[in-house]
Amino acid sequence: MAKHHVSALINGNPVEYLCDAQQTLLEVLRDELNLTGTKEGCATGDCGACSVTIDGRLVCSCLTLGAEIDGKAVQTIEGMATGTELHPLQTKFLELAALQCGICTPGMLVAAKALLERNPDPTEDEVRYWLAGNLCRCTGYNKIIEAVLAAAGEMRKG
Amino acid sequence: MAETIVYPERELKVIGTRPVRPDGVPKVTGLAQYGADFNLPGMLWGKILRSPHAHARIGSIDTSKAQALPGVKAVITAADLPEQKFEYLGPERVAVNYWHMTRNILAREKALYEGHAIAAVAATSKAIAEEALKLIEVDYEVLPHVIDVDEAMQPDAPLLFEDMITRGVEPPPAKPSNVSKRIEYKLGDVAKGFAAADAVVEASYKTKPVHQGYIEPQACLARYDSDGQAEVWSSSQGHFVVRTFTSRLVGMKVADLRCHAAEIGGAFGGKTVVYVEPVAVVLSKKSGHPVKIMMSREEVFKATGPTSGASMTIRIGVMNDGRIVAAEGVFKYQAGAFPQSPVMNGCMCSFAPYDIPNVRTLGFDVVSNRPKTVAYRAPGSPISAFAAESTMDLAARKIGMDPIEFRLKNIARPGAKTVFGTTLNHAGFAETLQALKKHPGYTAPLGKNQGRGVAAGYWFNGGGESSATVHVNEDGTAVVAEGSPDIGGSRASIALMAAETLGIAYESVRPVIADTNSVGYTQATGGSRVTFATGMTVINACNKVIDEMCARAAKLWKVDRADVVWEDGHARPAGKRAGEFEPLSFKAIAAKRTATGGPISASASINAEGQAPGFSAQFCDVEVDPDTGYVKILRFVAAQDVGRAIHPAYCEGQIEGGVVQGIGWALNEEYIYDRDGHMENPGFLDYRIPVASDVPMIESILVEVPNPKHPYGVKGVAEANIVPPMAAVANAIESATGLRLTDLPMSPPKVLAALDSRR
Ligand code: FES
Ligand code: FES
Repeated sequence: MAKHHVSALINGNPVEYLCDAQQTLLEVLRDELNLTGTKEGCATGDCGACSVTIDGRLVCSCLTLGAEIDGKAVQTIEGMATGTELHPLQTKFLELAALQCGICTPGMLVAAKALLERNPDPTEDEVRYWLAGNLCRCTGYNKIIEAVLAAAGEMRKG
Repeated sequence: MAETIVYPERELKVIGTRPVRPDGVPKVTGLAQYGADFNLPGMLWGKILRSPHAHARIGSIDTSKAQALPGVKAVITAADLPEQKFEYLGPERVAVNYWHMTRNILAREKALYEGHAIAAVAATSKAIAEEALKLIEVDYEVLPHVIDVDEAMQPDAPLLFEDMITRGVEPPPAKPSNVSKRIEYKLGDVAKGFAAADAVVEASYKTKPVHQGYIEPQACLARYDSDGQAEVWSSSQGHFVVRTFTSRLVGMKVADLRCHAAEIGGAFGGKTVVYVEPVAVVLSKKSGHPVKIMMSREEVFKATGPTSGASMTIRIGVMNDGRIVAAEGVFKYQAGAFPQSPVMNGCMCSFAPYDIPNVRTLGFDVVSNRPKTVAYRAPGSPISAFAAESTMDLAARKIGMDPIEFRLKNIARPGAKTVFGTTLNHAGFAETLQALKKHPGYTAPLGKNQGRGVAAGYWFNGGGESSATVHVNEDGTAVVAEGSPDIGGSRASIALMAAETLGIAYESVRPVIADTNSVGYTQATGGSRVTFATGMTVINACNKVIDEMCARAAKLWKVDRADVVWEDGHARPAGKRAGEFEPLSFKAIAAKRTATGGPISASASINAEGQAPGFSAQFCDVEVDPDTGYVKILRFVAAQDVGRAIHPAYCEGQIEGGVVQGIGWALNEEYIYDRDGHMENPGFLDYRIPVASDVPMIESILVEVPNPKHPYGVKGVAEANIVPPMAAVANAIESATGLRLTDLPMSPPKVLAALDSRR
């Protein structure tokens, strides 16, 4: 079966790849492009560990085909920091101990960033409902919610 | 949201602060490497064929067609693993039997549960490997199966092992059964105790198996070289355990297998055993290529974990003044397809928080056609505590006593005897209950359909074998190489204790988890042992370094070693030479290493003892929706004796996480089977663990009653917190509705049925 040729922007960089028709974006990122920061927790759209944005929209990369990305812009966790400068969400996650094992963290950060782009001043409840698709088994969510609220505050200060 | 209550104060510089963890940045940038994130040139993908039947005899396995598929480089079955001797090895509580273990890795005579591994392939792509699995022909003779523990104990139940004779019964029964073991503990005279009681309460309970639910499925990469040496990178709680089990199961020398601890994406006990590592090693050996295996979420649910479901009965006898005079518990735990459920822990922990003169606990370890159970956070204790602590609530109600007061009245204090024959020699239980009682929420008014429930919980906490090496660098920094995989921030607590001991800055200490060839043997990260035991060995190594630093200073000053002391991160002249020289800092001595004798490093290996038991006391407020049966958690307060909070944020994190897992266990989580013994909910959509919008902020109270047997007072923190929540929620539901629920999970349909039965 012929592979699909895809040209996309990934974290701002032009990328070309070949993929099978059934390969998911998650598999392309991890297995073909060596961007293993995006994690597989379920591959069925239920855990959010594979969260990325496509043209600014938050999606599960395990439910998206690699072939669908042609001409689109994908942001993954690897593109969140600017050089060595961490995004305020990344800094607050570290300062407030919002990760234990850290496997949910890339997805949480990508999802939280998408929230703050839409709603720079969310309530605790809004953060909880926005992140309800991102499972964390370690933290009980306290410190993740606190870190997102703290980062939002920091970002509003500019 | 968190509060710390400190008992005796002690001057500490960095312990108790909340610095950023040393391994943090790669985890927020996506660069940290977990089990599935390793690749090697020429790597193949491994996949495992699993039984579609809950119970079946395996006739033949024909792999020829799979073998012939282009791109397939190896196909294996149990025939590729050496047979193992049938014997239980190690302490009874955690005994292993390799005859069982190898059969769980790849089935031999029978498939014992849906999802049981039958064969495995390695191919040049995932798609080809999957295609190859479909070409393997297995001849199954489907057998009757049994899932439920009470049914598995029936005399006519289908037998998983036709020759299994119950252990722990004298004389041994003549007939085989699914009961692998019977355990009994006794203290005092239970019959007399109940006879003297003013009131006796009794109830029976059931729980379902629940999965550890770590977000990272098991994954590994293995490379086997033609000289017989191999290397494994895997997500596990103990890379030394991976080495022990895998070398034994594959039949290789321990020194020939080098295991690396990948970053680990959660485990909670579920990654203390191996599933994919031996398979990947043998596939690599057969194919001559490195092999990577990643489990799918469905495989994780069907073939790893979970912990036991159980059937239990509890009796408690009380006096009108609140004293408990007798307690009895019968615990029947599902082990899954192979023996060794944590029922022994259940028997030991259920009444351990209390000083009761007459106690008897009886346990049964029962096999049935479901995945072999594995440790899950305080293995065994949360299950028996659900029954025991629910019955404690019934007893407090019966005599009209406040549930915290009732527990305080009976709380075990140092000197109290346990049913399993030990004497409690640590304080902390009463202090923890008192801290909980003082929380202002405990006396806050409740609204309509709302209720408040209290429960407590006990866990042993672990010590054991740990190793570490401390290397001093020329600029006065230090590297700590240790052997405990870090799941929740232990590198931070290790670095804090090393910095405190050496008297240098936290940022000057860099800990690493060294592979099995680079540091001494270290047991798995489990039993809440790492900060205690690995911490202790790191402190020992640091003390040896300090001794060496003093010797180097003596050399520089040309004085006797005995005339140098270490104070505040500096060597000082003392005794007859006191004040003769300016103190030398850690950094100054490190810089003179070459001139004073060469590299400065020290190792320590210990079998740590003196761990203190963990104790947690919690209350929660719930609201029960009378129309839907939905139970909303309004507030959850959890107090725990942490000994000394080395990094308080990670202590709070353990409590918050453990409580939320407990809430999932209480309200939602369960394995659901159809009549053919197939799991109906092997995914996160239908096996629903708590999400962010299900829970409030968990309010933790860190109670610090230091452990005198640890240099910094450490007690294990990770597990005791998951013991009370199920009973706390059930007790709160009774307080809200007047209904006693005895069946987990207390999901909306069950709560609604209970409400309806009363209407
Ligand atoms: S891996 Fe995509 S949602 Fe879980
Ligand atoms: S930190 Fe482990 S799953 Fe979230």
